[in-house]
Amino acid sequence: FVAYRGQTELLGPLRKIELYEMGWNLKDGLRECLVAAAPYGGPIALLKGHYRRSPSARPQLEIYSSSGLPLASFPWKSGVVKQLGWTVSDDLLCVQEDGTVLVYDLWGGFKRHFSMGNEVSQSQVLETKIFHSPYGTGVAILTGALRFTLATNIDDIKLRRLPEVPGLQEAPSCWAVLTQDRQSKVLVANGSQLFILDNTACTPVTPPGLSPQASSIVHMCVSFSYKYLALLTDSGHVWMGTSNLKEKLSEVDTKIKTPPKQMAWCRRPKSQQPSAVVMWDGLLIVVGECKETIQYHLDDDSVLVPELDGVRIISGTHHELLQEVPGACEEIFKIASMAPGALLLEAHKEYEKESQKADEYLREIKEQSLLSEAVRQCVEAAGHEHEPETQKTLLRAASFGKCFLSNFPPEQFVSMCRDLRVLNAVRDYTVGIPLTHTQFKQMTVQVLIDRLVYRKLYPLAIEVCRYLKTPEYQGVSRVLKHWACYKVQQKEESDEVIAKAVSVKLADAAGISYSEIATKAYESGRTELAIKLLEFEPRSGEQVPLLLKMKKSPLALSKAIESGDTDLVYTVVMYLKNELNRGDFFMMLRNQPVALSLYKQFCKHQEQDTLKDLFNQDDDHEELGNFYVKASYKDQRLEARVALLQSAVDEYYKAKNDFSAKTTEDEMRLLRFQRKLEEEKGEQLVGFSLHDTMTTLLSVGLHKHAEQLYKDFRVPDKRFWWLKLKALAEKEDWEELEKFGKTKKSPVGYLPFVEVCIKHHNKYEAKKYVSKVTPEQKVKAHLAVGDMEGAAEAAIERRNESEISTVLSRCSATTDHLLMERLNRAKATAVKK
Amino acid sequence: MSTIQTEAAVYSAVQSVVGSLHMAHTEWKDAPGLPDFSLLKRLARDQLIFLLEQLPGKKDLFIDADLMSPLDRIANVTILKQHEVDKLYKVELKPIVSSSDQLCFLIRPRIQTVKWISDLVNADKVAGRFRRYKIIFTPQKFYACETVLEEQGVYGDVTTDEWNFYILPLDDDILSLELPEFFRDNFLEGDQRWVTTAGSALRLLQSVYGSFSKVYGIGRCAKMVYESWRELMEDGEQRTRQPEFAKVFLVDRDVDFVTPLCSQVVYEGLVDDLFRIKCGSVEFGPDVTSSDKSIKVMLNSQDKVFSEIRNEHFSNVFGFLSQKAKNLQTAYDKRRGMDIQQMKAFVADELKGLKQEHRLLSLHIGASESMMKKKTKQDFQELLKTEHSLLEGFEIRECITYIEEHINRQVSMIDSLRLLCLLSITENGLLSKDYRSLKAQYLQSYGIEHLLTFANLRQLGLLEEQQAGETLTVMESKVGKLVNDKTVGKLTDAFSSLAKKSNFRALSKRLALVPKSGEEYDLRVPRDMAYVFSGAYIPLSCKLIEQVLERDGWTGMEEVTRMLNGQEFAVTGGSSSSEARSKTDAQRIVLVMFLGGCTFSEISALRFLGKERGCRFIVVTTAITNSSRLLEALLDNSA
Repeated sequence: FVAYRGQTELLGPLRKIELYEMGWNLKDGLRECLVAAAPYGGPIALLKGHYRRSPSARPQLEIYSSSGLPLASFPWKSGVVKQLGWTVSDDLLCVQEDGTVLVYDLWGGFKRHFSMGNEVSQSQVLETKIFHSPYGTGVAILTGALRFTLATNIDDIKLRRLPEVPGLQEAPSCWAVLTQDRQSKVLVANGSQLFILDNTACTPVTPPGLSPQASSIVHMCVSFSYKYLALLTDSGHVWMGTSNLKEKLSEVDTKIKTPPKQMAWCRRPKSQQPSAVVMWDGLLIVVGECKETIQYHLDDDSVLVPELDGVRIISGTHHELLQEVPGACEEIFKIASMAPGALLLEAHKEYEKESQKADEYLREIKEQSLLSEAVRQCVEAAGHEHEPETQKTLLRAASFGKCFLSNFPPEQFVSMCRDLRVLNAVRDYTVGIPLTHTQFKQMTVQVLIDRLVYRKLYPLAIEVCRYLKTPEYQGVSRVLKHWACYKVQQKEESDEVIAKAVSVKLADAAGISYSEIATKAYESGRTELAIKLLEFEPRSGEQVPLLLKMKKSPLALSKAIESGDTDLVYTVVMYLKNELNRGDFFMMLRNQPVALSLYKQFCKHQEQDTLKDLFNQDDDHEELGNFYVKASYKDQRLEARVALLQSAVDEYYKAKNDFSAKTTEDEMRLLRFQRKLEEEKGEQLVGFSLHDTMTTLLSVGLHKHAEQLYKDFRVPDKRFWWLKLKALAEKEDWEELEKFGKTKKSPVGYLPFVEVCIKHHNKYEAKKYVSKVTPEQKVKAHLAVGDMEGAAEAAIERRNESEISTVLSRCSATTDHLLMERLNRAKATAVKK
Repeated sequence: MSTIQTEAAVYSAVQSVVGSLHMAHTEWKDAPGLPDFSLLKRLARDQLIFLLEQLPGKKDLFIDADLMSPLDRIANVTILKQHEVDKLYKVELKPIVSSSDQLCFLIRPRIQTVKWISDLVNADKVAGRFRRYKIIFTPQKFYACETVLEEQGVYGDVTTDEWNFYILPLDDDILSLELPEFFRDNFLEGDQRWVTTAGSALRLLQSVYGSFSKVYGIGRCAKMVYESWRELMEDGEQRTRQPEFAKVFLVDRDVDFVTPLCSQVVYEGLVDDLFRIKCGSVEFGPDVTSSDKSIKVMLNSQDKVFSEIRNEHFSNVFGFLSQKAKNLQTAYDKRRGMDIQQMKAFVADELKGLKQEHRLLSLHIGASESMMKKKTKQDFQELLKTEHSLLEGFEIRECITYIEEHINRQVSMIDSLRLLCLLSITENGLLSKDYRSLKAQYLQSYGIEHLLTFANLRQLGLLEEQQAGETLTVMESKVGKLVNDKTVGKLTDAFSSLAKKSNFRALSKRLALVPKSGEEYDLRVPRDMAYVFSGAYIPLSCKLIEQVLERDGWTGMEEVTRMLNGQEFAVTGGSSSSEARSKTDAQRIVLVMFLGGCTFSEISALRFLGKERGCRFIVVTTAITNSSRLLEALLDNSA
């Protein structure tokens, strides 16, 4: 049983190809059915018995493939449907009377619904048209209030209410949607008047050369490309022209004055012969440029489906394609054609018969050097043929012709063979996508694969991908992903079985995103399966968003950390912060140091108080102490500072850090002391370190106060001596310095005394202390005051080689000649020792 | 050339210096050529221009202060103006005065800055002012920043972009990420956000210069960076081109804290310590230029004078420079006795070069004079001596006394801290008694805020108190009651070296980081990398690199890595075919990435190592660091 028979019937410049004998079994044919068939050989939807409005007999919605194989069937339970239509991605749109549009997939599964707006639902839908444009699928509605509402893309709904049509009292006789200048417009006929409605205005237009006898335009249709327009008048004339109404192509009298059922353009791209098809009950008329019309009878109620390169006619029993005969086919198959392709075909036929005539034909072509043209014609014609036998004959002829050409590029031939193999496969009755080659090229392989996937024809899709060598990422992997997404929704199988099946099938496919599949599983309520699938996801970052969605926050957090992507960790942390109560949130962070430190960084700048809470939660008194200390020196007011420091002290004690506690207490004392002095003496002191405070006090002569600090704060003797030394020298109070030096034995020794005097260029004073310096520092002291003799003496006395060298290096050869000799001698003995 | 040589013969005293430099120079020629890194700058510039053009029309540009210098190396003001940047401002986190309707912010992804921008936008909103705002984050944006925009309610008002300016080539062999905050964020705060940045930088290098045959590393961060890099590689397409580097070595700064804490004595390092090299250029003050104004100089291999002295111990530099000056004079003197024609040729060909050299020479002489003035002073010598004692582990008590005095006299806040840290690391922590007393003194000198600094240092393990309960302390206090102070010190030293397992000591012993004392070390003819620290210490980081490259992995270094807390790895990269080309130039180029910064001393040491081994090192660092920068990053005494 071969359902697809390429019975071709020639109708003048057109041909009618039988695509399928329909597989469905419709009792009443298409009578009383609302029918919608998707372009590009898409599915067919029928709503049976929708005219009967009784609650007991619900209409039945049925979906079939183009070959009439059932895909879905269910009773319609929603409101009254005014119109059915398909989107560019093969979703079914059901427009209800109240303006609600329900979206179903081609398996009859409900996807979503949307409304066409309040105005529509109030005044009800009168008529609807579903249209396609580069922006997607659109819906246009004529409401009961005789106003048009339009949405250009149902995936991104922006409702537009078009301006009023002047003088419109009742439903217009006909209307159509046009896409012009990147805008969707409505063309309305009110009697003999024609208007174009766009966003802003309603413009009356006149088709050039429309016969005056018409009093009303009763039907109109726009071509697939929106370029051409056909109008049918009540006088039975069909006017054909460009849709911008600037040019008339022809006008033909059908001689039938009853309104038709349907009208459609039938032309192929770049064709010079526009023709439109008008259908009445049982009659089909094709009108073209010439005055003649072609008529033929329809046995059955039928539906016209306009296509890019023709019109499909679907009846209760058959499915046919009516199209203009493609140029190449015409050239070859025309009776007594002398076109090179025709000759080549003939040559090949003779060759098969092993007849010498083959050579004659071939010679004839070659003489005109048209052989490559002949091959091209055959290849092209093969593409337009539906019957595989014809395709083969033509391709064989082309291949035969190629043998006699030395450098004919093979690409066209090869790709045509490939394309045809794919096309024949999808045209198969069981698949039921009757694409023409022109449609296939327009649609692209990508989209074809999508459609196969959508029809769950996964093995075929994969075959096609492999056969056409589609890159794995866009081809096989994509199909497998869709398969997996479908697989995880199969309720009857267990999680384990599915997870295993998915992982086995997808194992070595490149670029598979397991997280997407897992998302699907989760959406169909299978959380456990989703988690299992996520385990296969190699990029841990990809797992995170879904895990969050599934409320598996701890897992999400650890995966985010695993990914090493701090941004992801932040995402999770911020999510958790809003999702969990504070206590739980902190607890979770506590177990994840990476997240915790990230969050702390954030808090440092954004939420200081949270930082404190975090430390509190952890009983981290040490950090709390540090926190208060930090806060204290940001505060300008002394009381606040002291209070903060007191808090720090408490925390440090809690942390058993006595050292820090004591130090902080000292600081508080120091601050109070500084303030007191500031008030009394007017010296700027608050905030200084102990050392700096004492320096300041000493430099302004407040020795007593400095000494008080020295005692109160257990300042080491050495420091105090250094401080005082420096302060006195700076004031050049040499008398006081001497006195100070004598108060007790200096804890820093007396070399600093020498140095400090020298620093202030007082050699005289410096010398006073040289004698007091310890033996180890004598040399240095002598050198400091520039006493070379003394230095030499000391060095020699100590028999220290390096000291002797130091002195030597400071001697100058001219003045210290004798000294150098002595030193050198001493050095020699020192070295010997 | 001949003149220079005859001249050199006359001044035989300095000849050996020049000679060794000459030797070095010829050896360099033998080393493999380096890839052209200026490409990275071009890429960055093109992207920046593209981003600026995304905001058409006149706009004011606000730049993060620390991005100013790097930006200047990529695109100067003229280029910015060409792309309709009207006025340039430094980000100061203060209210702004700009009349432009379009504000563009070029910033590091910091929460603080983003918050400031949010405030500006909100202020404009209140004032009813409409402007367009664009934030360009470099090198990438962080989610946290966007969160701030969102929380401040300006997310919709601001457009954001990323300028993937990951790497700034500072010199032929130095690439910098210019991210000083990497160190504190990663090692102190535990914030790992920069890890991916480092990974992306490596990925960038790989995509431009080809893949690597082998990757080694040590440290937690190094490991994470490697992982992040590997993941990026897997995501992107693989390129099979001839690699321009063979090996990569990743090292965490916290593997070796000793090296950056030591005073630098190699010329380039010393210039950095004293004058602070910023983004490859330095500003010499009036004391160097011997005029009343400061001069900015680029310090890189383009500077012929500098390139010859940068790796030299500073004690050699002055001699070399004076020699150079004399040579220069001779070159000038050639003029005498020239006829017109010769003079013309001289002016045309040589004079400009000579003048240029003259200018640079006088600057470097000025710098080294100022250096000598500071560094040959008694106290610097004593400081060095203390450092060396600490490294060798001798006379620790004296060192502590020295440090104490250093603190008490308020010599230098940073230097004191540095010595404390050095003491703690080399001694594996301070005795409780010492720790408390030194800390108390430090706080007295510099204020209580440093409690926080000390907390930071402890957290990083830079300055620690030995845990109580160690028998040693108890022993010491008992002994202390019996004998006088000095003896206690000596005893303590003896005890510590016996009882404690100081990792630095053990490492130093195992890797022979500290040459035997007492041996003469001729700094003019360095025999190992120790010359960068006057022959007293071989930088641990560089020694590790040397050892791993020699062994082609970590085998035989198990004990060393154990003491460094493990986390080492060695991975053979993609193309094994590159093994076959082991003799090509690329195989002799090693990329070393320092995570958390590296010092010029380390770079000099690696250059020396490269010369010895006939290979070349390219240093990639998150920033150039030195002891001051390292410690300043850990201070917590201000805001």
